[in-house]
Amino acid sequence: MAEKEQKHTIIPKHTKLSEKEKQELFKKYDLTIKELPKILDIDPAIAHLDAKEGDVVKIARKSLTAGESMYYRSVTHG
Amino acid sequence: MEEYVYKKVSSIVFGLLSPKVVKKMSAVKVVTPELYDKEGYPVDGGLMDTRMGVIDPGLRCKTCGSKIKECVGHFGYIELARPVININLVSLISTLLKFTCRECGKILIPKVKADKIIESLAAADKEVGLEKRRKIVKHVITSLKTTNKCPHCKARQLKITIEKPTTFLENEKRITPIEIRARLEKISDEDCELFGLNPKYARPEWAVQTILPIPPVTIRPSITLESGERSEDDLTHKLGDIVRINQRLFENINAGAPEIIIEDLWDLLQYHVTTFYNNEVAQLPPARHRSGQPLKTLAERIKSKEGRIRYNLAGKRTNFSARTVISPDPMIGLNEVGIPLIMAMKLTVPERVTAWNINYLKAFVQKGSDKYPGANYVIRPDGKKKKITEEMKEQILEEIQPGYIIERHLMDGDISVFNRQPSLHRMSMMCHKIKVLPGRTLRLNPSVCHPYNADFDGDEMNLHIPQTEEARAEAEILMEVPTQLISPAFGLSIMGCIQDSISGNFLLARDPEIKKEIAVKLLVDSGITDFSRLPSKKTISGRDVFSMLLPDDFNFSAHSKLCKKGPEAECKDANHIVIKDGKLLQGTLDSANLGKGAGLLLRNLHQKYGQEFAVDFLAKVAKLGVNYLFHKGFTVGISDMDLPDDANQKIENALEESTITIRELISACADRTLEAFPGKTIEETLELKIIETLNNVRNKTGNIVAEYSTKLTPTVIMARSGARGSVLTLGQMTACIGQQVLRGKRIDKGYKGRTLSAFRAGDLTESARGFVKYGYKRGTTPAEYFFAAMTGRDSLMDTALRTPKSGYLYRRLSNAMQDIKVDYDGTVRDASNKIIQFSYGEDGVDVSRSVGGKIDVKRIIQNLK
Repeated sequence: MAEKEQKHTIIPKHTKLSEKEKQELFKKYDLTIKELPKILDIDPAIAHLDAKEGDVVKIARKSLTAGESMYYRSVTHG
Repeated sequence: MEEYVYKKVSSIVFGLLSPKVVKKMSAVKVVTPELYDKEGYPVDGGLMDTRMGVIDPGLRCKTCGSKIKECVGHFGYIELARPVININLVSLISTLLKFTCRECGKILIPKVKADKIIESLAAADKEVGLEKRRKIVKHVITSLKTTNKCPHCKARQLKITIEKPTTFLENEKRITPIEIRARLEKISDEDCELFGLNPKYARPEWAVQTILPIPPVTIRPSITLESGERSEDDLTHKLGDIVRINQRLFENINAGAPEIIIEDLWDLLQYHVTTFYNNEVAQLPPARHRSGQPLKTLAERIKSKEGRIRYNLAGKRTNFSARTVISPDPMIGLNEVGIPLIMAMKLTVPERVTAWNINYLKAFVQKGSDKYPGANYVIRPDGKKKKITEEMKEQILEEIQPGYIIERHLMDGDISVFNRQPSLHRMSMMCHKIKVLPGRTLRLNPSVCHPYNADFDGDEMNLHIPQTEEARAEAEILMEVPTQLISPAFGLSIMGCIQDSISGNFLLARDPEIKKEIAVKLLVDSGITDFSRLPSKKTISGRDVFSMLLPDDFNFSAHSKLCKKGPEAECKDANHIVIKDGKLLQGTLDSANLGKGAGLLLRNLHQKYGQEFAVDFLAKVAKLGVNYLFHKGFTVGISDMDLPDDANQKIENALEESTITIRELISACADRTLEAFPGKTIEETLELKIIETLNNVRNKTGNIVAEYSTKLTPTVIMARSGARGSVLTLGQMTACIGQQVLRGKRIDKGYKGRTLSAFRAGDLTESARGFVKYGYKRGTTPAEYFFAAMTGRDSLMDTALRTPKSGYLYRRLSNAMQDIKVDYDGTVRDASNKIIQFSYGEDGVDVSRSVGGKIDVKRIIQNLK
């Protein structure tokens, strides 16, 4: 029941990482999922992704200093 | 020698003390409130029993056999005649009583549900850890509801309420601590887990105390007053009360006294135990000394700003430090601090005697402590400290050999750490080299005022003298002034020329010819000794004098304050700064390039020639500016505010015009012919239009002043160069101060319908509502003076009230972020390694290594060529 993606200039683009991308991310930053910032699974910005606990969401933000920057959040439930 | 046991802490458990543990860790059972016998020795079984440690020199602890300071102290205990509730655990007891069955002691939720929660707790332990467990427990407790019937034994439940602070009621009837304890005992270990208790370390019934641990005497030492009397610590007083009441309670129970008397004593015992823990419980009157001042018991010792944590642990006092008023000295270096001779003779540096420096150090001892530079103390290799006095001097001199340490007076070049509160950023504490000067104040170069946010209207600053080689090395490498030149906030020099140094250089750069002798004198006074690059002409231009400070391979170009902004390379303005091969070819030197926190000149010099050079350059430029002003003379006078007659006439006309406009507006409003702005009443429109007119006239007069101030008077020089003041303040002095604004409106407070009794009620003209017509030079009318005082007081109040508020805001912010750091992989993480940012500032740039927060790749490539 994927909902429609919200399109607005001030909502940065959220995408779900595949399992492979996830592992690459963990390797790159020497991370465990616990050390990632979190996002609620019912967050409106990721409603269209159908993300579940344990998934990782990539957020492409516009940045004043770097043009575009990547941010990653792990999906949690409550 | 003392022995230390080194162990790594792997985990900490918080729990409640069980009566068993209290007994086990105790050395004494306290039975009597007496403290000392007739001879003044501590009574056995009393509160000062020597088995709990010793505080008198000469006595030995009966438990461990060590002397004062060696023995850390041992706990004792009292057996309470009746149990009492621990005030710190009232809320725990309350939840336990409310949500367990009064008959069977089981938690008031069905077994199936309880089992499920236990399962989820076990899962949380395995997967996430304690944090998740706490979250579940919190959720369980908040979601519990009072039920009327126990789901296990079907017993009817009664309503439990607390009567603050420590009385529990069941259906309005009191339950005694004995009963409470009995109920808590019935709670099973499994149910404890549901309440977040680990029954191994915190059985519920331990929250009701049957036994009270007595802290060692070493944490409540008595002091001997001058009169020989002993004065006991507050805690000892409180414990004395507890023991005394406890004894009376015992006696009354044994004698079979009536229930009322026993209950009264019991309540009293509860009160004393409660105030022993915390003497600031809301519903209780605090226990007091005979003098009426409240006792400081356990909680007050730890809590708040004056408590152990913020006062003693986070805020330690330090030796080898000094504090006085500061004053400026532009002739000392930026990384120097001038200290008074008296301070230099009190503050010392320890130097170890070796075979090579023994004679050098003996010379200090020879001088003694009254002559500078001398020495105050000698420390022998066994650690004994000896004061150097006139009588002892010869003996000490003979005794000294390698291995001794001599605490000699401070001398020029010693390392110090200089600080001004509030220490908001790292530049608030910098390392300076000592320079001993006459006088009674600490001296600093005005160019380092900005990082400290210091001025000389009575500011005081602190000085610390590092006492070990490591500390000195660290201070020198990490916090010397040159290392702090580039601000980590914006990537430009935080230090710069101020005030006279700016005006001086501004004038210097536009001086076409200076006699060679004078030029040389200026340069020598500013610390330049190499004159090989000085043009061999009779007269030298100011720019050439300035160029002497620049390295001969330095190229630079930048906008000055007066340049029209635009692409930097295409600027054709004569004020635009161009430096080629170390020669200042054209341009105006002003605050945009020399000033603090601005300009790329210092930043580029820093990048190319290093921090030492940049600071040295800044010091020389500042000195040169000041010296040039010495040579020229520079005084502000009333005549600076003079305007030609036609300018005055123009200003007068502008003011007159606005008066007429306002009068017309007011009458238009009175006949309701004024057209209202959408959404506004006519009165509001009038007000807006008047404000607009008055703003216009102020700007108009300001422009007239700017137009006519073509002559470079000292005041204009300061405004132009950016040293002090602006065109606006110039206008306020010469032409018109303008409208006084209070709470975003023209002044309308005071009397009914008018501001002062000098005006008619309802007078809306500019002069009746706080418009100050003329400048400071011409002066103000009494009414205008009063209006100016109103806004002046308002802004004074505002700053006085805002400073502590924003200070507290900053304190909370910095405390919340103190563990956040940039990791080696460029990520920003907190203490538990959680990621805050994936790249510092999203671009991974270390601002203090950038130029104005950016990395100019083009410039780097250009420099590589």
